[in-house]
Amino acid sequence: MMARRILLVTTDQQRYDTLGCNGGELARTPVADGLARAGIRYERAQPQSVVCMPSRSTILTGQYPATHGVYMNGVPLPAGAPSVADVLRGAGYRTALVGKAHFEPFLDPFLRFVENAIGRRGITEPPGGAHRGFEHLELATHGAVGSLHYARWLQRAHPEAVAMFYPVLDASVEVNDYGGGDTGAPQVKVNTVERGWYHTDWVADRTISFLDGLSDDEDWFCWMSFPDPHHPWDPPQSEMCRVDWREVPLPVGYPERAEEREAILSAKPRQWWLWYEGALVANYEAPASWVPASLTADQVREVNARNAVECELIDEALGRVLARIGERGWSEQTDVLFTSDHGELQGDFGLLFKGPYHVDALMRVPLVWRPAPERRVPPAVVTAPVGLVDLAPTLCRIAGIEVPGFMEGSALPLDDDDARARHFEEVLTDWDSELFGVEMHLRTITRDGYVCTSYGSGSVHDGSEGELYDLAEDPLQRRNCWDDLSYRTLRDELVAELRARRRGAGAVKRPLEAPV
Amino acid sequence: MPRRASVRRQVRIPAPAEEVWALVGDPGRLAEWFPGVECCRLEEGGRRVTIASGLELFEEIVTLDPLQRRLQYRVVSGLMSEHLATLDVLDLGNGGSLALYSVDAVPATMALVLAGAGASGLEAVGRRYGGP
Repeated sequence: MMARRILLVTTDQQRYDTLGCNGGELARTPVADGLARAGIRYERAQPQSVVCMPSRSTILTGQYPATHGVYMNGVPLPAGAPSVADVLRGAGYRTALVGKAHFEPFLDPFLRFVENAIGRRGITEPPGGAHRGFEHLELATHGAVGSLHYARWLQRAHPEAVAMFYPVLDASVEVNDYGGGDTGAPQVKVNTVERGWYHTDWVADRTISFLDGLSDDEDWFCWMSFPDPHHPWDPPQSEMCRVDWREVPLPVGYPERAEEREAILSAKPRQWWLWYEGALVANYEAPASWVPASLTADQVREVNARNAVECELIDEALGRVLARIGERGWSEQTDVLFTSDHGELQGDFGLLFKGPYHVDALMRVPLVWRPAPERRVPPAVVTAPVGLVDLAPTLCRIAGIEVPGFMEGSALPLDDDDARARHFEEVLTDWDSELFGVEMHLRTITRDGYVCTSYGSGSVHDGSEGELYDLAEDPLQRRNCWDDLSYRTLRDELVAELRARRRGAGAVKRPLEAPV
Repeated sequence: MPRRASVRRQVRIPAPAEEVWALVGDPGRLAEWFPGVECCRLEEGGRRVTIASGLELFEEIVTLDPLQRRLQYRVVSGLMSEHLATLDVLDLGNGGSLALYSVDAVPATMALVLAGAGASGLEAVGRRYGGP
């Protein structure tokens, strides 16, 4: 029997509409588009959390945040948490994670966590033979500082390049609001680093290096995890000629007139407006001292241009890895899955970054599954809602392994008929945060063409608030129907469904160990 | 984000308070329980600490009160413009104890990081005595 091979490709904070196959017109993504044409493209894939650590923990465990317990960034996934990589390794697969892991906090001066500790020590095979089921780990994040492998490599091999990158944190260990580029947009910097030294190409290089060490008869699972297009937006300047920001159209989600933006935001629950005017930051990763109301149309254009360049570099890096797989003669037996952990506001509603805002900008992610061609799975487009919680069971299905009981999702449907037969009807997303006295809880269900979010009581909400959007009538989610009497019955049904379908075993609440 | 934060963590330890205090209340024994401390050297007025990332910190001992079983210290070098850590070991009266570790710091984020590290060290102490 031929070996089975699985390449899971994730990006960080990439919107659904940044891929050409999903209607994106700014970035050229022929490789991902080609995978979509040959495979299955999901039009309503949602993460179970819109921030990195909980969402990535869901991908790895196949569990909802309420079960794995990583309810916000800064809460580490326990070292002994179940892992699909562990399951595959147990079935004989060689396993690797190359790029951004982020199951453990980045801010870790004591090197308490394995991700930072092995990077600092310069080892790629963790003590004990594997960490979270990965026998090989080469890790990176968004910049050139810190203890992870990429940063250590750059510091050692190209020390002159370190200062070229955007300084993600400022002197107060806060996320930097420093603005650069042509427009002074936050988290933007002209980066003169050579393209080949940038983390996107490094992730592809290291993935290829791992694959080159495998023999033809080995099953393997490789999670290739690009840190981009998450901010900072500092791609190699040599590539910025691809997209002239001055010619970038404003996103359809960006209301150009301030009065329009402000009317939309003020009809949403309070945290939207409070953040817009700079009075409340509920997510550490949004620069604390940046005021979204100051965002200009040109800054939105420049951020989108830089984001598009980063998406193109990812697509080209993925193309290199797929070409290497082809050179090895492995393409026919290789399943490729492409997705992102969550989205990015990127100008929608006049906002950037992310936070407790359960709208498509953050909740709708690209998801493409190109099954191994030898299995002759017909290409399809799936419109039914699916979640990233379904990825781990899918990996088991690909490997022909029974889905373990700890996983709470289901293997992804092959088409809409399969989705109907297996009752893919809704997808759930949570937000929970408790940081320096700001507490927020959102529970969201997406089904039947509606997105419904019920708020729990916290420091900003009294528990009566909510959001309800009709995706067919209002795809930009500008009109909150929560308090519209004509939607009351529907709203109550969706909230009842949300409560009935709520998943998660109710993990013991774990302490926050760091801000991110 | 606020400039300053005050974060408190607590750990139950199935061992008498005196025994726990003998370890965590001794400024010279920090490397025996605090994660990522590679070297701790007592100096006039405090201790000099080297941590795993290579940072070296001087910690001024502010309070060392064995009667209350309270240790307070202040990091006076490094990333923080203000810092005060307070470690209390309370007798629970049943052969067990409660260790409280609090950090007040500017910038706020460091309070989280330091309190988390201290708590994980205390949890490890608890495990030595059969705790969870």
